[in-house]
Amino acid sequence: MNIETTTPGILLIIAIMTLVTLVTRFGGVFLMSFVTINPRVEGFINAMASSVLIAILAPLAFDGDVGARLALGTTAMIMLATRKPLPAIAAGILAAALGRYLI
Amino acid sequence: MSIAPSGYRLEPAKVRSQFFRLLPISLFVVAFGIAFGLAAVQKGLAPLEATLMSVLVFAGASQFAAVDMWGPAVSVLPLMAVVFAINSRHILMGASLYPMLREMPPLQRYGILLVLTDANWAVSAQDYQNGRRNLEVILGGGFVLWLAWLIGTLLGVYFGGLLQEPRSLGLDMVLGCFLLSMALGGRKTPRVLVAWFVAGSASMAAYWWLPAHTHVVVGALAGGLVGFFWLEEAGP
Repeated sequence: MNIETTTPGILLIIAIMTLVTLVTRFGGVFLMSFVTINPRVEGFINAMASSVLIAILAPLAFDGDVGARLALGTTAMIMLATRKPLPAIAAGILAAALGRYLI
Repeated sequence: MSIAPSGYRLEPAKVRSQFFRLLPISLFVVAFGIAFGLAAVQKGLAPLEATLMSVLVFAGASQFAAVDMWGPAVSVLPLMAVVFAINSRHILMGASLYPMLREMPPLQRYGILLVLTDANWAVSAQDYQNGRRNLEVILGGGFVLWLAWLIGTLLGVYFGGLLQEPRSLGLDMVLGCFLLSMALGGRKTPRVLVAWFVAGSASMAAYWWLPAHTHVVVGALAGGLVGFFWLEEAGP
């Protein structure tokens, strides 16, 4: 099925995207309301929560360009050394910009 | 269901403080919004259409992907599949907040999920790992991120030429660096480190060999299994 990108069509596309995204925002909580929380489920949820971030970042780190790797490496080092997010993020962005400019 | 709902009450003052807590990162989200607005009008969306999409969808990566699929016509099923795949991480994020969210009345519970996104969720998840319950950041932080995304898109559709190459300024790495700093700021027990290793490996395997956009969910579920089979010792 195709939708033409005329004004009504675009509005329909936006509506569809909104609905699909809403399903993802509500879906996890809705599904969990049928699950009994026990220590195993709690262990799963907690490990999954920190794993989401790693799963998002892994391709950036392993398949990203030099700038992406420099940014993540710099952020990691400063975060581990100082435990302060803002300087770590700022340095990471700077490292990406410099790396892409120089290399 | 036997859970007594009443446990979690949003504190208005804390919602405000979490709004300001995420204000700095929101400034960078404005830059992303500009990039999106620019990309959208270049693909032929009218300025107000692109802005409406940001207001309602509020999920940057999937919006970029949708605009990439733009043409004289857009085929619906592939679009839905891509949007769902990219945003399916929300399902896991929402599920991870459930232990706190279940203590709220349903209307509030689903209400604050309207502005659930990576950055405010990452802060809430990190706080939870460190023993602090913080749903206020989902609402207050989500609101400031949503505002930033809206303002950025508006700037992008009208003045996008000002920021032609956000990559060369490193701006595409803002969210990545932010999420990494949140991950590293949490507890790092052996169990967490093993979960990370499994999640990272599974994510890369999916990234290389499974259909596009599945790596986040595959990696996160694989990491979750570590927690399912390796129980934490009683007591924190």
